[in-house]
Amino acid sequence: MSTHKAALCKVQMLKLFLTSPRCVRITRFHGVCGLSTSTPASSPKVCIVGGGPAGFYTAQHLVKTRTDVQVDIYERLPVPFGLVRFGVAPDHPEVKNVINTFTQTAQHARCSFHGNVRVGKDVTVEELQEAYHAVVLSYGAEGNRTMGVPGEDLAGVYSAKDFVGWYNGLPRNRELRPDLSCETAVILGQGNVALDVARMLLSPVDILKKTDITQHALDALAESSVRRVLIVGRRGPLQVACTIKELREMVNLPGTRPEMEASEFEGIAETLKSLVRPRKRLTELLLKAAIETPGEEELEKRNRAERAWGFRFLRRPLEVLPSTDLIRAAGIRLAVNRLEGDGEGVRAVATGEVEDVECGLVISSIGYKSLPIDPAVPFDARKAIIPNTMGRVQQTAGLYCSGWVKRGPTGVIATTMNDSFDTARTLLQDIGKGTLDVSTVKPGSQGVSALLEKRGVKPVSFSDWEKIDSEETRRGETRGKPREKMLDVGEMLQVARA
Amino acid sequence: MSVASASIQFFTRLLRYRTKCAVPFHAASRILISPYLPQVFGGNKVLLGTCAQPLRQSRQQMAHRQQSWGQICRDRLAETGSLRSEEKVTVYFINRDGRKITTSSAKGDSLLDLVVEQNLDIEGFGACEGTLACSTCHVILDQKVYNQLGPITDEENDMLDLAFGLTDTSRLGCQVCLSRDLEGITVRVPDGVNDMRRSDDAGPTL
Repeated sequence: MSTHKAALCKVQMLKLFLTSPRCVRITRFHGVCGLSTSTPASSPKVCIVGGGPAGFYTAQHLVKTRTDVQVDIYERLPVPFGLVRFGVAPDHPEVKNVINTFTQTAQHARCSFHGNVRVGKDVTVEELQEAYHAVVLSYGAEGNRTMGVPGEDLAGVYSAKDFVGWYNGLPRNRELRPDLSCETAVILGQGNVALDVARMLLSPVDILKKTDITQHALDALAESSVRRVLIVGRRGPLQVACTIKELREMVNLPGTRPEMEASEFEGIAETLKSLVRPRKRLTELLLKAAIETPGEEELEKRNRAERAWGFRFLRRPLEVLPSTDLIRAAGIRLAVNRLEGDGEGVRAVATGEVEDVECGLVISSIGYKSLPIDPAVPFDARKAIIPNTMGRVQQTAGLYCSGWVKRGPTGVIATTMNDSFDTARTLLQDIGKGTLDVSTVKPGSQGVSALLEKRGVKPVSFSDWEKIDSEETRRGETRGKPREKMLDVGEMLQVARA
Repeated sequence: MSVASASIQFFTRLLRYRTKCAVPFHAASRILISPYLPQVFGGNKVLLGTCAQPLRQSRQQMAHRQQSWGQICRDRLAETGSLRSEEKVTVYFINRDGRKITTSSAKGDSLLDLVVEQNLDIEGFGACEGTLACSTCHVILDQKVYNQLGPITDEENDMLDLAFGLTDTSRLGCQVCLSRDLEGITVRVPDGVNDMRRSDDAGPTL
């Protein structure tokens, strides 16, 4: 054999490999496509409402477990991935790695994505039930719990959901324009969303500008006067809802120092021994930030810090106090609580004392809330979930739910992953047992497409999204960011159809 | 040796090298996907991780963030002059259903790499692709093996705190780097990959 020839061949292969990712994708696509044509017409057709983590994980388990099931995901926006795109903080890109798995699912031959379709408006749930053997509702929690206190509608008061939507490019929040001209911000709630917001308000812009944060938010944060963020909770240090990763990020945030009230930590160190490991480590870190004497390096960091953050415990909001012109928030009145009971059952009880804190920005981060989607679907207004048994919607056949709308807006993507796998498992069991009838032929997406066309709705496919994706990536590159998100649905549609 | 076989050999090595060294983060995305692919495209198992567009983006996103441990493992090996060893380490996996799987992977791989490469069917394993942002690759080791592995970083412990069924000998699979000393270890995958991050409004964090 000629070594020269072999070497040449190697070089060509190397070139081919390094320069033609498209080639591989196309090969793969054809490969799988070939299989899809053998799917019988009477295969089970499942429709998923909502293209966030719950929807994609449900779809993943369905297509992976059964080789004949056909899954269509309907999403209101032209872009997929829900809170992975619009909720996960821009400085947590590693969390967004789940998008790779979702993309693989969406590109699967038996799975299709249909963006820009508003279920409940463009097409009803009943119509989807006609077209599919089963409908899985995984549309999440687009509302938020309100504090229900006077002054909540003053300028300078925002829900964390809207604030997060603003810096993450959710189209409906693009005009939020939060006023960041004050020095102190108060965040109500001590969960991970609260810490995300605190981190966004206090992070050096040099860090944020390398993330996929929207440019308008980055510009506003660069001009921000906020120097101090207080994170308020109704219970004590042993009940904080955030997790240790997020707390550690606060502790290590460059240019900031913790500003806590040492008195709020009295007696906490003594309880450490009795705590289970996660709570123990979290509390130890909290104590370290709050009351421990810092080492030399940390001391220097704190002395140089121009911004501060701190928890405030045992406080419940009573009223947002207005400025003299009654337009803006100027402070917040807090009721002072004390704790009653032990362990997990500990309750906050008002002492009757109140405290006023001066602040120009109030962000309530006390939880998301699911909303009903269609009169045809049962909804538990008190718990704000769809009543279900292991993902089967009660009193209906062929309706399922997964994710936040199934169990309430708590937990993290991995919790939703398990929960969605569970719902998919339930659905497949029902097919197996025959309680979900899949013997009739259903039109699936063809039926729905016809309806949508008649109504002038043009869905966005996954390959359309890929056009938006590459345009966003291109725009990001010019700014040294992983992407620059489009904020306008019209623009998204324009790029998708170009 | 024919041109073809020499080339195939080179190509295979190249692919492995790229997968090992250039794209450590995305390995995990392949686990869930590989069953979708016809076996005839076996090569895709490797190619997918390197070529899909979103994968490259997340690599850029990650550039300024922490490296995956797999990469750190390999960097360490590189320091000692054996970047990529063909030497195999045998690992016995006890899967969620209690079944024992005998498998092996190259020295320098993490347990997460192994699960991905060997196509072990553990759905949801390694959701964040080895970037210490979740606890879905939680594994339980024997005490002796656990002791052998040495200290654990705060960041790994932070994630382990959220793992379902945490034990005293729990580790994250993405952080356990295979070495010759670990030949023949038994790794138990706990039932359920539940991330127990409980909080009132923990929200959209993995």
